[in-house]
Amino acid sequence: MTRNPQLDRNGGLRHLITLEGLPAEVITRVLDTAEPFVSVAEREVKKVPLLRGKAVFNLFFENSTRTRTTFEIAAKRLSADVINLNIGASSTAKGETLLDTVDNLCAMNADIFVVRHSQSGAPHLIASHLDATGRSHVHVVNAGDGRHAHPTQGLLDLYTIRHYKRDFGGLVVAVVGDILHSRVARSLIHGLTTMRAAEVRVIAPRTLLPTRVEALGVRVASDMREGLRGCDIVVMLRLQSERMKGALLPSAGEFFKQYGLTQDKLALAKPDAIVMHPGPMNRGVEIDSAVADGARSVILPQVTFGIAVRMAVLSLIASP
Amino acid sequence: MKADPLPDAEAALAALVARMQGKVAPDAAFVGIYSGGAWVAERLVERLGARPLGFIDVAYYRDDYARSGLKPNTRRTSLPFEVDGATIVLVDDVLYTGRSVRAAVNELFDFGRPERVELAVLVDRGGRELPIEATYTGARVAVTRDNTVVLSRDPGGTLSLRVEPVTGVA
Repeated sequence: MTRNPQLDRNGGLRHLITLEGLPAEVITRVLDTAEPFVSVAEREVKKVPLLRGKAVFNLFFENSTRTRTTFEIAAKRLSADVINLNIGASSTAKGETLLDTVDNLCAMNADIFVVRHSQSGAPHLIASHLDATGRSHVHVVNAGDGRHAHPTQGLLDLYTIRHYKRDFGGLVVAVVGDILHSRVARSLIHGLTTMRAAEVRVIAPRTLLPTRVEALGVRVASDMREGLRGCDIVVMLRLQSERMKGALLPSAGEFFKQYGLTQDKLALAKPDAIVMHPGPMNRGVEIDSAVADGARSVILPQVTFGIAVRMAVLSLIASP
Repeated sequence: MKADPLPDAEAALAALVARMQGKVAPDAAFVGIYSGGAWVAERLVERLGARPLGFIDVAYYRDDYARSGLKPNTRRTSLPFEVDGATIVLVDDVLYTGRSVRAAVNELFDFGRPERVELAVLVDRGGRELPIEATYTGARVAVTRDNTVVLSRDPGGTLSLRVEPVTGVA
């Protein structure tokens, strides 16, 4: 068996590309490592010197505010130097290839690349290139690639679930909305099945489900009320407005009526069910404001935990 | 070469308490360095009177991250008192190279500016690599460099010391 290219000889994390195939022990190690990092934000000096002298390059080929900002904060709280590249306005626009950009940044002594790209596989390509050219001391973190994966979002979702529910064992998790285009959903589903959640349900119209989605180990419900019944966790996904332009959906109003999360529908889940959303939210499209701002919403804690989880990932991959 | 026999941990604790009595400021906060130092700090508070008690995990401040990476099972540092202006006694189980104490002092200062910082250790085994000395010491012992001194606590709370050969990366 070939070893997982994300892991080193001792099973430690060296790149984070996807949660698919990542062993449960590695996921648990990340979640455990994140826990004490949460409290760094409560200090007078919100910083620890772990990554002093390391250079983290944020390579965002696709727009993002939250993910880029939380990676930047995470790296800075670890005392790393952070360089944000505005790729749209840089060399790539002038015709430089992705790997030439990477080689140039390595010549500037990059230690970690945080990569967001609209093409699935771009972070993997960079990691393979670094490994093939003997630069095993340089690490790659996928910050979202195409429809493929968004592993740190998946990890922060797992962290949030474990924080509120202690254990994955008995949990029923519903993931609602645009599963087809969602790297967030894919990463979370892989994470939950690895951590052996009791059941993962996907709730979506057929047009927004990948073919053979059951192969991921999930149960499909096209009726939201039926799907929400007895859930411990409800994860709402963002409905990207560009999807409306195709023939996939009739209208935002129609989608909200069937798949929007309201207090009414949430009442079908368990009384202590929590509501999650990766952001950015479309209020009135996939989630009602009363739910988003309600007592069971943990959407803002997710953001806070996201910083600690990214600190954990950065400090583990940079560990020798 | 066989090292000195180790002192009994409970006897060393009693000696440490005797040396601190009447010397340590009554309002000084005790801060135990995880994990052994935390046990010693808890016991010192029992014996020397109620006072603020905190715990520090120096994993983020160690100087060997680049060599051996992040230690697993890091705990939250918790200092439930105002560090600014406080007299603080750092408490550790074994004082050796002085590197953990250096890390703990650095971490303390990220929480505020203490008025004074002292150091209490159960055992001083020598071998310093930094200019650091304890204010209060329970016992002194010579142990060769290929050995490590380990403090453990049984379910009843009794402390004991043992020597183990160093394995892998120190």
